[in-house]
Amino acid sequence: MNTETLIPYAGIVTEITQQTPDVKTFRVEAPGGGKLFEHKPGQCAMLSVPGISEAMISITSSPTNTEYMEFSVKKCGCLTEWLHSMEVGQMITVRGPYGRHFPVYDELLGKDLLIIAGGIGLAPVRSVINYVRDNRDKFGTVDIVYGSRSKDDLVYYKEIVEEWMTTPGFNVHLTIDNPQEGWGGHVGFVPNFVKELNPDLKKTVLMCGPPIMIKFTLGGLMELGFRKEQVYTTMELRMKCGIGKCGRCNIGNKYVCKDGPVFRFDELDELPNEY
Amino acid sequence: MKKLCLTKLNDFFAAVAAKQALYLPVNNKVGKAEFKKWESGVEMSKALNTLRSAKDFFFPQTENLMEFKMEGKSIEVIDTREECEDFVVFGVRACDAASFAILDSVYLVDPVDSYYKSRREHGTVVTMACGKPAETCFCGTFGIDAADPAGDVTAWEVEGAYMLRANTEKGEALLASVADLLEEGCEKAVEEAQAKTRAIMAKLPLAGLKLDGVGAGKTKELFDRPEWKTLSESCLGCGTCTFVCPTCQCYDVRDFDSGNGIKRFRCWDSCMYSDFTLMAHGNSRNSQVERFRQRFMHKLVYYPDRNNGTFGCVGCGRCLARCPISMNIVKVAKTLGGKK
Repeated sequence: MNTETLIPYAGIVTEITQQTPDVKTFRVEAPGGGKLFEHKPGQCAMLSVPGISEAMISITSSPTNTEYMEFSVKKCGCLTEWLHSMEVGQMITVRGPYGRHFPVYDELLGKDLLIIAGGIGLAPVRSVINYVRDNRDKFGTVDIVYGSRSKDDLVYYKEIVEEWMTTPGFNVHLTIDNPQEGWGGHVGFVPNFVKELNPDLKKTVLMCGPPIMIKFTLGGLMELGFRKEQVYTTMELRMKCGIGKCGRCNIGNKYVCKDGPVFRFDELDELPNEY
Repeated sequence: MKKLCLTKLNDFFAAVAAKQALYLPVNNKVGKAEFKKWESGVEMSKALNTLRSAKDFFFPQTENLMEFKMEGKSIEVIDTREECEDFVVFGVRACDAASFAILDSVYLVDPVDSYYKSRREHGTVVTMACGKPAETCFCGTFGIDAADPAGDVTAWEVEGAYMLRANTEKGEALLASVADLLEEGCEKAVEEAQAKTRAIMAKLPLAGLKLDGVGAGKTKELFDRPEWKTLSESCLGCGTCTFVCPTCQCYDVRDFDSGNGIKRFRCWDSCMYSDFTLMAHGNSRNSQVERFRQRFMHKLVYYPDRNNGTFGCVGCGRCLARCPISMNIVKVAKTLGGKK
């Protein structure tokens, strides 16, 4: 019988990190150790708890990590609630990798990167950030603008402070929506913060976050003089198969699971506004 | 070309069914044709076409994909796939035969759907040229010839006999397996039958249907047309069109706790349903206008975009006959394409 991508692997959850009150990161390994499969930055996998359901989740770990894969999941539905109730040692099923990755092997090489994220939107681009850290000589400077509702809602906070902020050539700009005791950093929404930072127009932008953040940040970037051809984002719609067959994640003639989830904004311009 | 005298039809079915499962259109209790497994005494329907399309043979309404054994924290994934057994479908019309090519373009492209592929490999399709196409038929719009359908074997009904032509190796093998029941066929009789069918096709109400206003590359032009609202106004979102459609290929995947492990199955789904695109954080197609537009844009624009202009419709006419509010793809195409 041929291999069948719909049939998943069983993986073991070997570590669970509470990132924020409603986001946990799950480390998943093959039963015999190591990764279940290889992936590229920005690709996704279908995670499932049999009997509950299956959903597409971005692989947040970098492919340069050879020991495990990580998934950061916000508690917001049936499956995610179940995942949040898990303990270490629990098995889940994983299949993939699916979709188009960020072009770290060609277009992004040598470029100065501006990575913009909001809330859990940092998860898909974290894969790129850590890939770039591990291949530091292949890329230019990296500016990360990341915002969340509050200090407690910033995911990967420890990693950001201890690893990203200390990486040569990395500049991390954090912001939270409202003032908060113990927060000495920037306060305000991501779109305005990006404009205040007035980034160099040579940068290539990777952006992920809630639709409202994307909309206003893109508008701000256009006002600054960026072109849509230099701005990438990653999308999310409901999926069942992950391989362009079940028919539900299309935007016009493109399937987010197969043709995306990474799109450039000039490509999205060609598609109907139905996402 | 071979010939099968109708007096030997029953022997032919028996001989085929002795070696592999044979399915053919049979009238159900209310006189509508449905594909049923042949057994002695079963009579083939004389209806033009089956109520549901023939897609079930390759893309069944529901099927088990795999199973899981859950014990404590552990999960065992069980591959329950079995190679499909050989089978024959007899009496598929040209439209449904053309729909298989459309399903192939989805399920046989990388990554190949092994469930579908196994059934395609083991199924032999015998098509039947249409003697008397109906007024809801418009396969000709899509370049499909009701008088010369595709399939592994093509059959034509002529005076007291079927003429049979093998088109593929599978078809040759099928006819060879019943060679003692067949005689030499006659091309001329087939040509006469074809001429009759084509003459009827040319006079059908939808014979002149033009699809100039829709097709590949027309998303920007058509997506925001105000007519979507009026066209979809009375759509009930019942999904009947999708379920009778031979080219609708969307599916859902769900789990079922059998009490002895979890079964994961897939079943047909419909883009006309509100929960089709529903996620925890919202719905990308919130209203029926958007869902209605999706179904027709898929068949008339998005599918052609991805498949060199081929439309995702074969003109079988089932949705014309079955929609409870009499809305259908022909009205949509005419409305969108008629006004320039």
